[in-house]
Amino acid sequence: LENGVGTVPYTPARVGTMAKDAEPDLARRSLLKGSAVAGIAALTPATSATADTALSPAAPPRPNALPNRVAETAVPAPLEVLTEGRSGSDFMVDCIKSLGFDYIAATPGSSFRGLHESLINYGENKSPEFVTCTHEEVSAAMAHGYAKAAGKPLAIITHGTVGLQHASMALYNAWCDRAPVYVIVGNIADAEMRRPGIEWNHSAQDEASIVRDFVKWDDAPASLQHFADSAIRAYQIAITPPTLPVLVVADGPLQEDPIPPDQTLHIPQLGRLAPPQGEIAAVEETARLLVTAENPVLLPDRLARSQAAVDNLIVLAELLQCAVVDVGGRMNFPTRHRLNQSARGRSVIGQADVILALEVNDLFGTLNSYRDQVHRTSRPRIASGAKIISLTAQDLYIKSNYQDFQHFQPVNLAMAADAEATLPSLIEAVRKLLSTSETDKFKARGDKLAAAQATALAQARSDAVYGWDATPISTARLCAELWQQIASEDFALVSPTSQVSYWPKHLWNFEKAYQFLGDGGGMGIGYCAPASVGAALANKSLGRLSVALQPDGDLIMTIGALWTAAHHNIPLLTVVHNNRAFHQELMHVQRLANRHMRGIDRCHIGTTLREPFIDFAKVAQGMGVRAEGPITEPGDLGPAIARAIKVVKAGEPALVDVVTQGR
Amino acid sequence: MRAVFCRSNLLHMGTCILTTCLSMTLANVSTRAQDVTKRSAIDHGHALFLADGCSECHGTVGQGSRASGPRLAPQPLPLEAFLQVLRHPISEMPPYVVEVLSDADAGDIHAYLASIAAPTQKAQDIGALNR
Repeated sequence: LENGVGTVPYTPARVGTMAKDAEPDLARRSLLKGSAVAGIAALTPATSATADTALSPAAPPRPNALPNRVAETAVPAPLEVLTEGRSGSDFMVDCIKSLGFDYIAATPGSSFRGLHESLINYGENKSPEFVTCTHEEVSAAMAHGYAKAAGKPLAIITHGTVGLQHASMALYNAWCDRAPVYVIVGNIADAEMRRPGIEWNHSAQDEASIVRDFVKWDDAPASLQHFADSAIRAYQIAITPPTLPVLVVADGPLQEDPIPPDQTLHIPQLGRLAPPQGEIAAVEETARLLVTAENPVLLPDRLARSQAAVDNLIVLAELLQCAVVDVGGRMNFPTRHRLNQSARGRSVIGQADVILALEVNDLFGTLNSYRDQVHRTSRPRIASGAKIISLTAQDLYIKSNYQDFQHFQPVNLAMAADAEATLPSLIEAVRKLLSTSETDKFKARGDKLAAAQATALAQARSDAVYGWDATPISTARLCAELWQQIASEDFALVSPTSQVSYWPKHLWNFEKAYQFLGDGGGMGIGYCAPASVGAALANKSLGRLSVALQPDGDLIMTIGALWTAAHHNIPLLTVVHNNRAFHQELMHVQRLANRHMRGIDRCHIGTTLREPFIDFAKVAQGMGVRAEGPITEPGDLGPAIARAIKVVKAGEPALVDVVTQGR
Repeated sequence: MRAVFCRSNLLHMGTCILTTCLSMTLANVSTRAQDVTKRSAIDHGHALFLADGCSECHGTVGQGSRASGPRLAPQPLPLEAFLQVLRHPISEMPPYVVEVLSDADAGDIHAYLASIAAPTQKAQDIGALNR
């Protein structure tokens, strides 16, 4: 008992059963109001006596009799114990504030009610500001998009068990996309502290087990100091490449109970983090291979966390005058740079003799073709004898169960390191090897690539003309009309482009890292809408015009994100690519129907969003978002987008629902 | 029409006008019938193109997509080559067997694709494609 008194930091509901502790405990808590003290003190004589009896050497031990029977059966005081000083959750807020979060997104849940209350009152709802979400999947996906746009994590809180289960798919997306998401989850570990019923449903022995396969690190702190240490440790782990989600449990009683006045707490400081660079001999070997190659190719995927990576990749490519094929996990290289050969990536890869893969997630899929048929076949796209170098932080941290690490691709040199951090030393190593003769040779190579790049852009524009006046509206026209209106703005495309046939990558001029954020990682549907809102939240204070090409099937899954955008005045232009289907799946069912020789005229069953069509403009209006549509005529599209941009520039979200071709 | 005139030249002058008129009338009927047949094939092909899911990957006017399927129109492959690709595709497209899509129906789809006119505008004439 003595030990218990000394170490347990909270006991208010236990005073009835631990009477001997009650007085010293209450004495320590001068912060408790008098009425509470009186109420609890009324129980003291009986329980003290019991305790004394139990501890008295004169009293003979009674077989089968428990020493604290009275104390254990006494009814606790039916009085609320009020906290006048700071609660544990206040300290948790201090920890959270120390990490510099601007926002914390959550759907409210009773397992973190203490933390919620402290955030908005003790923390004054500033740094972080509470962002109200309509679903935990929205919170987590918002944090995913925010992290990529802001270059730092956004914190989310989820309710115990059910809330974390809701968030799990979005966390998996972030895991696959190497995005740091900082998760706090409520839980009540001590069964005696749970109300009957719902708090049992919302508690777990091991809360983090729900998502442990796809978070980098988790902990369930048992004390406030433990929480502080783990909170800072989790942040450090999350933002150290490979950047990934982390999770810290906030225990319910730990949040809600007062901090004992004699408890000394401190918050560790987060130091400067240096990401892991490639081993120097391997970097020099890579430089030698690149400089001596006839057709070297740089292959970035989830490379750029910041503009520094884009700038360094430009330097490296221009030194070598070599092709860059941007796989597209981030905006790694300007789309109209003369060396950008992404539009003809397959042929460029096929001609390469050295390929440097920079944070490429699916290297096998990038270097091989693969046929989706009964007898699966694959064929290398690379030339025989081509040297492959892999530089990725993914090799530093990998887990077994979920298969997002993709098919194994043998390489000649695998550098387990952060590519962005390694680029400066690789540039220096290349510079050391360059001579004048090589520079001249490289210039000729660069000129050829520049001509090919110009041809590819002209071809893309020419291709976009086909179906220009078609109804439903072509995805090419959708993207071109949007581009026309934002080209002179400081824009950021916060959505993926695969659903619109990658047209923005071919038609738009991307120059900055923040102008394109890649895809949803795990490809779990429901990413785009909330991740776009999260990215737009990051862009808000920076004055960037955030636009999303929003697939309809994705939007209907997490449409509550629109309400969050309206509620928090998050300026975002959502242009709905409404092909009125889960179109990818429609094509998959068609493929199987054909394979089974049954005809494909019934494949709309279960894949389309018809009868009724979803009126996204009306739904958005119902959530407080300025919206119009459905736009069905190509000529109406441009003016509708122009009207919506005015709304977004005024600081509000807007939506245009456009009925489009499938792809 | 050239054949009609050739035949009419062989007829007696007295019956020439009547015959010519009759011939032209029959020819017009024949042409219209052919037009109707052709139009019918195009319409049927268009309906099949949409109903059989071709448009899901290739677009409703065969414009193609960089993500899901190549452009089919205007100027589709010659019919024989078109059928060959349909039955034995070299790409990701699953084969359309004859039990699922007959040669006649495939021919109508081809007729629809062949009927699609080339774009009247060029990319350089479209402002949105020149930013």
